[in-house]
Amino acid sequence: MADTILRVENVYKSFDGQDVLRGVSLQIREGEVVVIVGPSGCGKSTLLRCINGLETISSGNIFLRDEKISGRTKDLHLVRQKIGMVFQSYDLFPHMKVMDNLLLGPTRALSRPRADVEKEALEMLERVGLKDKAYALPRTLSGGQKQRTALVRAMLMHPEILLLDEITAALDPEMVSEVLNVVIDLARGGMTMAIVTHEMRFAEAVADRVLFLEDGVVLEEGKPEEFFHTPKTERAQRFLQSFTYASKRGTSEKQSKNNLGD
Amino acid sequence: MQDLGISILFKGINFQRLLGGLWVTLRLALITIGLSCLFGLLFASLLLSRRKLPRIFCRIWLEIVRFMPQLVLLYIVYFGFARVFGLDLDGETSAVIVFTFWGTAEMGDLIRGALTSIPRHQTESAAALGLKKSQIFLHVLIPQTLRRLLPQAINLSTRIIKTTALVKMINVTEVLKVGQQIIGQFYRQPDAAFWVYFVIFLLYFIICWPFSLLARQLEKRWA
Repeated sequence: MADTILRVENVYKSFDGQDVLRGVSLQIREGEVVVIVGPSGCGKSTLLRCINGLETISSGNIFLRDEKISGRTKDLHLVRQKIGMVFQSYDLFPHMKVMDNLLLGPTRALSRPRADVEKEALEMLERVGLKDKAYALPRTLSGGQKQRTALVRAMLMHPEILLLDEITAALDPEMVSEVLNVVIDLARGGMTMAIVTHEMRFAEAVADRVLFLEDGVVLEEGKPEEFFHTPKTERAQRFLQSFTYASKRGTSEKQSKNNLGD
Repeated sequence: MQDLGISILFKGINFQRLLGGLWVTLRLALITIGLSCLFGLLFASLLLSRRKLPRIFCRIWLEIVRFMPQLVLLYIVYFGFARVFGLDLDGETSAVIVFTFWGTAEMGDLIRGALTSIPRHQTESAAALGLKKSQIFLHVLIPQTLRRLLPQAINLSTRIIKTTALVKMINVTEVLKVGQQIIGQFYRQPDAAFWVYFVIFLLYFIICWPFSLLARQLEKRWA
């Protein structure tokens, strides 16, 4: 059994008296990919933000390996160096070239020598098909290219765990798969990940385990094939049904099927 | 036949005198702009303070500066301070005080605007990379703030340069005042006023134009 990387214990979080997380617990083992799904406003993004300290939790504990990382205010940056996070809106630094975006964390936060990181960055850019963009400015990239760059930026920190917060939600449909294929590639490489997504086909393809979150609690948890085909709770059934309904009208389902079918 | 009016500028040391006056203008403007940038940073940090009192204080300051004509402020400091506080300030010091009072508030508000216009996500994604607060400021926020700020700051600077013309009202012999002295000297030359003021116009233009050109250039490059 692999080591537990992340342990979230009975976490509560409220904004202005409104409970967003109401006692969430979960564990993620090394190399495991956990996908968190649920209706919007259920607290999925908040959960990820709490894990890397962008939000402070109201009560509970969060451990990275055996180190307690919740409730600390000092040296939070040292914790974040071990937790990668990619956001919906890519958030590349617009005043820096792609390469400088990639180098910033490793050279400044980890004090690694520039030449080493640059070499590694080029290799990783090549893997995600962006080598020719290494010295371009972010504004010349498409959304999908930006998001792949953001993934490389996070991975160059060699995090213990990678948190992906709806990373395709802002993308045009035709760019979704180029980003998600990178994530699947990372998963195959053994990266530990917690992923919040609305792409159900992708979730099924990439997850080792699925968590269904509603109203700030984990309502259901299980293997992807169980959760997506025979969900136990009625709430989860209804949630999944809303997707089949939506995908019959759109094209996104077909597309992700084709792209993820390999 | 009389000489053309413009020739009076080249009589004796008139043109040097005019340039001397221009230097007074420029010195005043540069000191003011420098101090405004410095204090503007403080002003911005007060505007962004979590506490209410400094914010209200700065807001009031900013409103005063916006509504009060600079000339009135100059009179208050130059004439008023002497009467009320027995503070006998010379014209140039009064001018530096007033223009810095004005420039600090406006520059501070520009800095605040530039800083807050950077999306919160920029800070968050930099934090997620494990950078320290100071590193986030240095590498992510300040460069982007400067890009947004510079064109506006340059515009404010040219406004400050222009407005220094008012200080002739409190007996500072800057370029406009020197010009008027020259005109007075050549009162028999009917078109002296036109030519002197025209040259002063050119001098202001020569100082301010490169600034606004630079602002426009930067705006285009960083858009």
